[in-house]
Amino acid sequence: MPGGYAGKFLDVDLTKERVKEVSFDDKTLWQYFGGRGLAAKILWDRVGKKWENLDPYAPESPLIVLTGPMTGIYPGGRICVSGKSPVSMGTVGSTASTEFAHELRCAGYDGVIFTGKAEKPVYFLVTNDGGEIMPAEHLWGKVGEETIKMLNREVGEEMKKRKPNVGIWREPGMVYIGPAGENMVRNSGVMSKICHAAGYGGYGALMGSKKLKAVVAKGRGKMPAPDAPEAAKLLWKKAHQILIANSEMRRYGTGYLGYTVGADLSSEPIKNWQTEWHDEKSYAGPRFEQYWVKKKWADFNCTTNCMKVSCIKNGRWKGDITDLPDYELQAYCGTNLGLFEPVDNIHMSALIDNLGHSGINGPNTMGFAAELYQRKILTKKDIGFELNWGDVEAFTKLAWMIAKREGIGDVLAEGSYRAAIKIAEMKGKKPEELLKYVVHVKGIEIGAHGTRSDMDYVHDASYAGNVQGGDHTSTIGDGYSDMSDAIFADSGVFCDFCRTNRELEFDFAKAVTGFPITVESWRKETGPRIVTLQRALLMLGGPDLKWEPVKDDDNPPRFYEPLPEGPYKGKTTDKKRVDQKLMAYFETLGWDERGIPTKETLKRLDIADLEPYMKKMRA
Amino acid sequence: MANIWIARDYAACSGCKRCEIACSMKHEGWIWPEASRIRVFMPFPGLEVPHLCAQCSDYPCIGSCPTKALSVDPATKAVLVDREKCISCGACVRACPGNVPIMHPGDNKATICNLCNGDPECVKVCKEAGYNALMLVDEGPSVNRKLFSRHPVEVAKELAVYFFGEKGEEVI
Ligand code: SF4
Ligand code: SF4
Ligand code: SF4
Repeated sequence: MPGGYAGKFLDVDLTKERVKEVSFDDKTLWQYFGGRGLAAKILWDRVGKKWENLDPYAPESPLIVLTGPMTGIYPGGRICVSGKSPVSMGTVGSTASTEFAHELRCAGYDGVIFTGKAEKPVYFLVTNDGGEIMPAEHLWGKVGEETIKMLNREVGEEMKKRKPNVGIWREPGMVYIGPAGENMVRNSGVMSKICHAAGYGGYGALMGSKKLKAVVAKGRGKMPAPDAPEAAKLLWKKAHQILIANSEMRRYGTGYLGYTVGADLSSEPIKNWQTEWHDEKSYAGPRFEQYWVKKKWADFNCTTNCMKVSCIKNGRWKGDITDLPDYELQAYCGTNLGLFEPVDNIHMSALIDNLGHSGINGPNTMGFAAELYQRKILTKKDIGFELNWGDVEAFTKLAWMIAKREGIGDVLAEGSYRAAIKIAEMKGKKPEELLKYVVHVKGIEIGAHGTRSDMDYVHDASYAGNVQGGDHTSTIGDGYSDMSDAIFADSGVFCDFCRTNRELEFDFAKAVTGFPITVESWRKETGPRIVTLQRALLMLGGPDLKWEPVKDDDNPPRFYEPLPEGPYKGKTTDKKRVDQKLMAYFETLGWDERGIPTKETLKRLDIADLEPYMKKMRA
Repeated sequence: MANIWIARDYAACSGCKRCEIACSMKHEGWIWPEASRIRVFMPFPGLEVPHLCAQCSDYPCIGSCPTKALSVDPATKAVLVDREKCISCGACVRACPGNVPIMHPGDNKATICNLCNGDPECVKVCKEAGYNALMLVDEGPSVNRKLFSRHPVEVAKELAVYFFGEKGEEVI
């Protein structure tokens, strides 16, 4: 067996309450590595020809929670959550930092695959003795903070009962859903550590559909052994030296960007992206920093410590705790709702996370709703109250209503894309009339970086060609290259902010696994294999929607409106360049001019079993 | 060397757990968090508490051991464990004010920080990253050391109030 893998996965049928161990052969691991790649492979193998008709919420639809061979060894330990996405109908490798990842590996498992549906709420507990389905009725309905507190206590007590004599048991690691996930808010996240989310893809909803509240692990074993221990240890030291030298990130994280991305780059979502520029000094970094109670906060095996702990100690939001918030949430739980007071943004971020909305996607839908209110398409009567930009109380109410699917919240809980179609129907309008206000690609709401000013790291075709839709961590940049790196981090499963340099990362991967892995082999084979499989599954679609090649490989209409103000006033995304780059990207990957993988490509990548389906699509 | 000690500043700990990684790499050959002689507890996110032996001046652990498996290293004043003699009874864990010793997840024998024979790895990585939650100091034995042998959840409860104010009283 290659190094770096525990070698075992748990296969859980929640309907039949059956847990068994499975493993994958070396060839599969070499070809798909772990996390995002391996999850797509497992899905395709299990679902196969039923893909197009599979409702992600059907009991047989798998929820996959995987680590990768780099997890916990390379800096920045993460977990990757995947499955057929209830949002895009494709697959997303959605990652979040959490101690759950290394606890799982130290318990002897690389991942857990869930199918079926529990009759009553459950959580799944993994220890060195295997996996167990545990009752969770008492946890159902609990917000993030409460869930963590209760599970820490009860799992701690359970461990102590089982082995009372080994010293103090340390708290377990866990991923969980909040009320949003429980109520199958379509774009909700799988959460960890109060403020981390595997947010893109809607896996909170998938988990909720299975009545699975949390996955918890306590491992007492050794981390899976690397193939070349001495080299791995040396590279571990080197990687950290590089991260430790990244003083800017360590000092500020992304916590000062809520001001600068808007003011300097004109690429920050404001009021549902009606503009991307602001010069609100109230939103400057130091005004956030005054809430930082801890200035260096890191996840397992991380020295980037991009996080800070923020807490509001008095006033109406007293007791709200979150991280910076990071830039994405400063934007989506702040400027995009017209909130420009740090204290309101900290409150909104803490609330959104606690409810288990994904901090980008849920508030994108809230911003969309507020724009409909601004345009008098949704009224006070529809919502129950006025929904004006900057009204923090109103957005607080709305966040709860969506999480609980109350009133208009039930419609908005379908995510921005589907909510637009439903509201159009309610209001007797054509879908396009509302879809033009939805900022998404392939149903997945776009991260907080716009393309119109062309000043940010994303450009014309970045999202348009992304197999994970609006996911800002997996964009194609100037071609396939950026995405190749993202697929590597999501499949090795480590944090994007712990990237060092390609050479070191691939040397590291080689030292850990013993595979002859190189930048080249990843670039030319593994990366393309994974993204081609993801593309195929995405375009096969699902029962409630199917994307049209080329037409849907595009930015949302808003990204082609000229910027209305600021230093880049009048600028917009260049459609011609989008098309050119998209074609170049398709070509690099060996897909035809509609982005359908060719027969030769499928054969070369050893995924020829997709050919009958792609052939149909090419016709 | 007899005067070295690891001072700890809980509020400065980032929770990176590199100390555990370094400790287990040195003493176990590879990453093994639950076999590390220092373990960082996180009873609630943001509240991270490094937990390791404080070398109490009166060594309650040593006195409690029925088989005399524990002794003091004359050079470093660290607690040494004779694994042959240890019968895994857990008496030292119970006697320790902070319940610091662990039964090794491999051989189930009492396992306690040996100060890396005077050259602590955990301190090095913590310092390298600029956290300085662990600091090597040169100061003689003192009764105060024992104040650092405390149950991590108790420490975390205090940190919670320090960081979160009133809310801190209810998070753990
Ligand atoms: S190395 Fe230092 S900062 Fe990191 S967990 Fe250990 S004590 Fe805390
Ligand atoms: S802290 Fe615990 S293990 Fe260390 S000397 Fe004191 S009693 Fe012994
Ligand atoms: S001093 Fe050495 S043995 Fe003690 S906790 Fe630190 S690394 Fe481990």
